[in-house]
Amino acid sequence: MGLADADLGAIGLTLRLATTTTALLLLLGTPLAWWLARTRSRWKGPVGAVVALPLVLPPTVLGFYLLVAMGPHGPVGQLTQSLGLGLLPFTFPGLVVGSVLYSLPFVVQPVQNAFEAMGERPLEVAATLRASALDRFFTVALPLARPGFVTAAVLGFAHTVGEFGVVLMIGGNIPGVTRVVSVQIYDHVEALEYVQAHWLAGTMVAFSFLVLLALYTFAPGRWQR
Amino acid sequence: MTRFRPWLLLTLVFASGSLQADEVRVAVAANFIAPMKEIATVFERDTGHRASLSSGATGKFYAQVQNGAPFQVLLAADEETPERLEREGLAMTGSRFTYAVGRLVLWSPREGLVDAQGEVLRTGGFDRLAVANPRVAPYGAAAVQTLTRLGLLSALEPRFVQGENIAQTFQFVESGGADLGFVALSQVWRDGRIASGSAWVVPTDLHAPIRQDAIVLLPGARAAAAEALVRYLQGDTARAIITAYGYER
Repeated sequence: MGLADADLGAIGLTLRLATTTTALLLLLGTPLAWWLARTRSRWKGPVGAVVALPLVLPPTVLGFYLLVAMGPHGPVGQLTQSLGLGLLPFTFPGLVVGSVLYSLPFVVQPVQNAFEAMGERPLEVAATLRASALDRFFTVALPLARPGFVTAAVLGFAHTVGEFGVVLMIGGNIPGVTRVVSVQIYDHVEALEYVQAHWLAGTMVAFSFLVLLALYTFAPGRWQR
Repeated sequence: MTRFRPWLLLTLVFASGSLQADEVRVAVAANFIAPMKEIATVFERDTGHRASLSSGATGKFYAQVQNGAPFQVLLAADEETPERLEREGLAMTGSRFTYAVGRLVLWSPREGLVDAQGEVLRTGGFDRLAVANPRVAPYGAAAVQTLTRLGLLSALEPRFVQGENIAQTFQFVESGGADLGFVALSQVWRDGRIASGSAWVVPTDLHAPIRQDAIVLLPGARAAAAEALVRYLQGDTARAIITAYGYER
C-alpha cells in the first residue's frame, strides 16, 4: 500500500497552504499584536475579542459564513468581483483567506504576550539612546519577542495543517485544488478506504511530531524568556 | 508553397486533444464515493474524459453550489436537493434522474446478533442502536420510518446513537461503539453477499424508497464531458457496478 499520487498531491498542497498562511499571519499579525499590546484605546477589548472569536466558533460554522460572505451574493464576493479578482471560494487564495482568519488568534496572542511581557523599559532605554520608533521596534522589540514569534509560527503552521471544517466548506474538496491532507483523510474514511486513511493519518502524525521534536530539541533557549 | 510550421501542428494536436478529453467536476454523495471511483475509472477508459470527484454531505454541496461552486454534475444522496436546485435555477431543467436506489440494512459486526427477520429489534440483547440523523440523512429517515411501521420507535429511541451521516453511523457500529445499526447495504455488501457480521436486509415496503438523484449543474451546461458522464451513468457498465455495490437499479 503506502501513499498514492493523490495523497502526495494533498500533502504538497497542505504544506503550501500552511507556509503561505503562516507567512501572511506573521506579516499581518505582528502590527496587530503590537497595537493590542501597547494601546490604551477603548477599542482594545473589542478588537482582542474579535481576534479570539475563531477559537469559539465551530469551524463548519465559520466556514459557512465565509462561504456566504465570499460567494457571488456576499459583500466580500461582490468586492472581489468588482476588483476583477473573481470569486474566492473553491480556489487556493480562498483557502488562504479562510486559514488566515481561522488561525489568527494562534499567531496574534503569543506575539502580543511577548510584546506585553517585555514591558516599556527596554524601549525607553533605547529611546534615551536616540533610537527612532522604527529602530526601537526592529532592533529592540522584535529580537526580545523572538520566543513569541517562534511559538506563533509553529502554532499557526500546525493549526493550518490540522484544520478541516473551514477548508472543507469553502474549498469544496476539489482534487488538486483545495483537497488538503485532512480532507483527503476524510475522503478515504467516507469511502471506507481505511488502509489509505491510516497511512495518510500516520504520515501526518509522524511529520507533525518530528517538526515539533526538532523545534523543542534544537532550539531550547528559544523557549525560555 | 508554405513552410512547415511545427507550432501549428502542436496547436492542432492540443486543440483536438482538449476537444476529446475533457474533465468533468462531480460532487458525489459520501455514501456513493466507492462505486463512483470505480465508475470514473472505466468512464475514463471508455470515453477518454476524466471525472474529478469530490465527496461530501449533500447539504454542504447545496450551500456550495448556491455560492458558486464549480461542480458540473451533482450525485446527491436524496431526491430533494437536486429538485430544489432545479427549482432555484442553479441546475439544468430536465436533467434530473435517479442513478441509484439505496437499500437499508440492520447490521452488526458480531456474528449471530442480527437474525434474518430482524426479530432482534423486539427481543433485545443490545445496548445501543446506531441510526443516521433522520433530519438530514435519507437512510436515517428510512430507519425511523421502518421502526415506526414496526411499532418499535418509542421503545428503541432511548437507545439511539445518531451519526451525522451514514458513513459515521457505519463507523459507530463497525468500531463496536454501538452493537448494531441501520446502515446502507452498500457499506456491507461485497461480491453479492454480506461481507461480514450479521444482517437483516430491510424489506422495501417498510420505508419510502431511498432514491438518489443526479442533476447537471449550471457549470456543466453544454459541457461534453458532463453530458457523457450522465449518459454513462445510465448505461449498462455503470449499472453493473452500482448493483454490485448493493444499490438497486
